[in-house]
Amino acid sequence: MHIATAEKKSFKVSDLIDIDKIRNDFPILQETFLSAKGSYKQLIYFDNAASTQKPRQVLDAIRFYYEHQNANVHRAIHKLGERATQAYESSRQKVADFINAGSVKEVVFTRGTTEAINLVASSWGRKFIQPGDEILLSEMEHHSNLIPWQLLSHEKQAKLRFIPITGEEGRLDLSTFDNLLNEKTRILAITNMSNVFGTINPVRGLIQKAHERGIPVLLDGAQAVPHLPTDVQELDCDFLAFSGHKMCGPTGIGVLYGKEKYLEEMEPYQGGGEMISSVWLAKATWNEIPYKFEAGTPNMAGAIGLASAINYLNEIGMEKITTYEQKMTTYALAKMREIEEMRIYGNAAERGGVISFYLGKIHPHDIAQFLDSEGIAVRAGHHCAQPTMRKLGITATTRASLYFYNTFSEIDTFIDNLRKAREYFGYGS
Amino acid sequence: MDLDELYQDIILDHYKNPHNFGEGGPQCTNVELDNPVCGDHIKLMIFVDHGGIVKDVKFTGSGCAISVASASIMTDEIKGKKISEVKVILDDVLQAMRGQKAPETLDEHGDLIALKGVVKFPVRVKCATLAWHAIKDAIEKIEQQR
Repeated sequence: MHIATAEKKSFKVSDLIDIDKIRNDFPILQETFLSAKGSYKQLIYFDNAASTQKPRQVLDAIRFYYEHQNANVHRAIHKLGERATQAYESSRQKVADFINAGSVKEVVFTRGTTEAINLVASSWGRKFIQPGDEILLSEMEHHSNLIPWQLLSHEKQAKLRFIPITGEEGRLDLSTFDNLLNEKTRILAITNMSNVFGTINPVRGLIQKAHERGIPVLLDGAQAVPHLPTDVQELDCDFLAFSGHKMCGPTGIGVLYGKEKYLEEMEPYQGGGEMISSVWLAKATWNEIPYKFEAGTPNMAGAIGLASAINYLNEIGMEKITTYEQKMTTYALAKMREIEEMRIYGNAAERGGVISFYLGKIHPHDIAQFLDSEGIAVRAGHHCAQPTMRKLGITATTRASLYFYNTFSEIDTFIDNLRKAREYFGYGS
Repeated sequence: MDLDELYQDIILDHYKNPHNFGEGGPQCTNVELDNPVCGDHIKLMIFVDHGGIVKDVKFTGSGCAISVASASIMTDEIKGKKISEVKVILDDVLQAMRGQKAPETLDEHGDLIALKGVVKFPVRVKCATLAWHAIKDAIEKIEQQR
């Protein structure tokens, strides 16, 4: 309690970010729900690891696109086509700058993280993975960074290997990493930040070690990119996958960053319009990167919405977002640990605002239902990480995940209601 | 929506002290089912004598308050009944949960009345019906064996 209080008092939120102004930008945060007792409950949205809310600026950008710019991109000889192309391609540049990509050609728009990883597993994997090769993952991967590699390994008779986790602490156990990384390893695909534990993995060191052996590394950035400043050149990752909707952008748009040399040697992912150069009836040549990987009419409005979200995040500043979220997380963790029989999964020193927990023996769905009745949105379940859950010997956790528009006072309300839930389900008073 | 409609006292009582919780005897037919959404798990053990009467029924497993309470209520409700009677209750419960019968259908079946509130919380219907799907599977298994 003392740590938490000290933490809260040691800085003024207003010195870091203008929280009132930010909250006013998000129309949905003003939502209230009528409770059974006739009072209104203000929404407290703590399900940000699943999807984030959208500021008015992003919604306006999408609307503006459809009202003033909409036409199919590339090759149009009319003004709207030109506007749409310009808006779409400047969005690509915006993304490249946001992650400090060396070249805009290294930014491929996808539907999201899942499609980006599937693209690599399919286009790179099918070409370069041979029977007996090893693909190195970790035990804390989201299904989206596991299943594409399972499919590839079944097809190619390759072997999946896993960096173990330390159990409830939710850190990578790197004691055997030097053996796991061997002459058979063809790729390392790992999450930058865990969607279950919040752990920020020491990916810089892992990438260095992989590169010493010439092994490329894919980072699942779905949780990291929205919350931490990301510099792909400094990380030196070979691929980075992330989603727009987890960083205030719309759904259905995501990004695959890939180093030029890898993208150049990869086969197309899907066939269709846009991805070709010349087409005959029996053969075709491919467009240059990144268009080689963008078959069909792309999600223009999505890309433009994502660029607007990036503008929004940049205006606040990614460093400030990280600092503010870490202060909230430290505060929330300290407060939660004061509650009897609270078990928190994920205890890494370097962590983001994703907090998985179990309270007494109360099933996560009951906790989530109770919190929902108070207007608090959290997630309960396996968080698309069933093997991780199995390793922990549980089937589900409750997960609260924060973003920069959350507040310390929301955390206080959340904590009060955890105590009430504990009483409600029969744990003393 | 009122949380207390979902978590009625009867539900919370059964959840905190589930009836017929434990392993069944060697003559029991066993069925295990999962609810992949929540990770609920139930093992149902039932013994039906040659007269078609449910002589013993037990369950183990883990789950949320709704799924545990529903299993506990179910075992209370079917014990000592004929299989033909159990099937009627089973139909009433599953259809009431799917909205194909009025929730009031459950009023006639003892503590089952407490499951009425679940209908208003569609995401929790799966929790409430897990034990009932288990008994359905068990009856089919028994009938195939005979």
